[in-house]
Amino acid sequence: MNPLYSELQWLPRPPQDFSNLLKAAGTSGESLGYDIRFLASFALDLNQLTRLAKVIGKANSEAASLHPLTPFRLAVLSNGTTDMLLPSLVGSAARHGIALEVIQPSYDQVAQEALTPDSKVNSSKPDAVLLALDYRALPLKLSLGDPEAASAIVQGVLGYLQALREGIKANSNAVCIFQTFAPPAEPLFGSLDRLLPGTFRNLIDAINRELCAYVHGSGDVLLDVAGLAETLGLANWHDPVMWNLGKFPFSAELIPLYGDHVARAVAAIRGKSRKTLILDLDNTVWGGVIGDDGLEGILIAQGDARGEAHLAVQRLALDLRQRGIVLAVSSKNTDEVAREPFLKHPEMLLKLDHIAVFQANWNDKATNIQAIAEELTLGLDAMVFLDDNPVERGLVRKLLPQVAVPELPDEPAYYARTLAAAGYFEAIAFATEDLKRAGFYQDNAKRASLQKQVGGVDAYLASLDMTITFQPFDSTGRARIVQLINKSNQYNLTTRRYTDPEVSDAENAPDVFTLQVRLQDIFGDNGMISVIICRTGEPGVWEIDTWLMSCRVLGRKVEHMVLREILNHAREARIQKLIGTYRPTEKNKLVIDHYKKLGFTNIAADGNGLTRWEMIVEGAEPETAPMNVVSQGFIASREKTFA
Amino acid sequence: MDDAQLYSRLTSVFHDVFDDETIEVTPQLTAMDVDGWDSLTHIRLILTVEKAFKVKFSTSEIGKLENVGQLAALIKGRS
Repeated sequence: MNPLYSELQWLPRPPQDFSNLLKAAGTSGESLGYDIRFLASFALDLNQLTRLAKVIGKANSEAASLHPLTPFRLAVLSNGTTDMLLPSLVGSAARHGIALEVIQPSYDQVAQEALTPDSKVNSSKPDAVLLALDYRALPLKLSLGDPEAASAIVQGVLGYLQALREGIKANSNAVCIFQTFAPPAEPLFGSLDRLLPGTFRNLIDAINRELCAYVHGSGDVLLDVAGLAETLGLANWHDPVMWNLGKFPFSAELIPLYGDHVARAVAAIRGKSRKTLILDLDNTVWGGVIGDDGLEGILIAQGDARGEAHLAVQRLALDLRQRGIVLAVSSKNTDEVAREPFLKHPEMLLKLDHIAVFQANWNDKATNIQAIAEELTLGLDAMVFLDDNPVERGLVRKLLPQVAVPELPDEPAYYARTLAAAGYFEAIAFATEDLKRAGFYQDNAKRASLQKQVGGVDAYLASLDMTITFQPFDSTGRARIVQLINKSNQYNLTTRRYTDPEVSDAENAPDVFTLQVRLQDIFGDNGMISVIICRTGEPGVWEIDTWLMSCRVLGRKVEHMVLREILNHAREARIQKLIGTYRPTEKNKLVIDHYKKLGFTNIAADGNGLTRWEMIVEGAEPETAPMNVVSQGFIASREKTFA
Repeated sequence: MDDAQLYSRLTSVFHDVFDDETIEVTPQLTAMDVDGWDSLTHIRLILTVEKAFKVKFSTSEIGKLENVGQLAALIKGRS
């Protein structure tokens, strides 16, 4: 079974203490509805969905408020056992902003319930009726090689479905949700089943076609169960053991997936589909980092496996735009640098014209996404945010829980599929106005004005459980040090490039102080993310020759911790003063205020943008950040003669 | 896996399935002793056990179980 679907892999895994959180729902300051929506946002299994549904059911029966969830009454008519399904519909609906109440008539009373005016279903005045029927509910009869008999069977089935609809319309005026039928997995002839009139496969294909034509434009809704079963494989969908045990209509493993699909349809009926896709750029829209790898270095070309994976993301974004989804960009980059591929790269499918709001700056993404939502005058609950970086995803989920943020696998080839599988943009109808909608919001990739920073960033950073490790240069780290020195463009104060032998010299030189910095967090090891070289100039002075950092860890106060570490070693070496230099390049505007923000004093500036800064070691007390500090391998540095 | 480990894992399965953390899982425990252990929940219990222990039971095995001791024996026979 493909775990992307069976385990809902676009959703984050549930927290370890799910049970306790569920017990505490509604008592922790947030109202019950918010807590339930939060707990529903994870990939819950059948038991967890059942427990969540119990809490929702209790609130419904006590008429307690589930705000901000929207109430919806759904009756379910089925020829199978629905007892195990229904709780998962309720739990999944909360994920999509719906407080679902289900009405379940007695087992296998489909026609009676639909056609009798005062039946349980009709008298409960549901908003919609889900006709959860499978092929076993239909009067199918083999009529091999007999097109007329086959057609009569198909018409008979359609007549039955229409009669159910008429009954429901007349008696309760609810919307009908029809399911397409997944054909059985077992062939009769083999391939011939598909083309020979009167086989089950052939009959069910025809029924599905006719059913689609009937529902299209009727105001009713289609749930494409046949398509879902196809995606998973019929042999995975149908489970004869479960059917025999208790008339469970399909594999129990797929109940959470089915629940999410029903919930999408219900949410779409209530207009809760999402409307905007916000894209990260580096390693999402293209492979690589534009600020470091440059226009020639990023991967988007046809013929390159990584490049094609990112092109698939672009193609999906463009297709979504064509059906009316508004596209926006949120990237940590200098604006001109981020726009360059859109303007100049021949393989880019996405152009600036396709992007309604283009936010490339160095602010946190939660603040940017809020600015995008305000610019588009759409709610945060209309937004989907696609980013390869788990820290950015976590931050946005934490600070803006209304925004949908899919988990992404390590393999970029699955990015597009994962986004599509999440079904954020489910629609129950398509109007030609949709074709124009993305254009309405268009203003040629304008920038939104940023509001105040969204609160809570620091608390989120603390929750990342970061460990920063400092070491002097050594032969083990040298290859990566050389790579960073020669590749980093953006967070690089002087952009001095050094060769392997030159770095090796710095390792051993008695008057050079070096740092290689690594960062770990709950998502894993970020590896080496910063490199420092200080050279002794005048006695008692360290000239900061090189200070660079990977932009992946931007906004985590790594630079503050690095400065603290430099100061510790400076004190030990009886250094009185640090001198830093900012040498401007086309790509390092990001760090123009680096030394100023760290508390250095400006001492010189030439006419070309170069600035010099100093910090007196004694009494310097830079800001600290919530992370564990490991400092190792420096024993030898005491013997170095720095002064 | 020894009995203690097996019963400890079974205990968390029971707590999860029946949404009740007071259930004490012993070999003698039967459906009569647990609130909500009907034929439907039984299926959900079996599905959860199958997933937790990475085993599959046959239709006839599922029908024959009389108490938790028999379930534990079945799991042990498989792993």
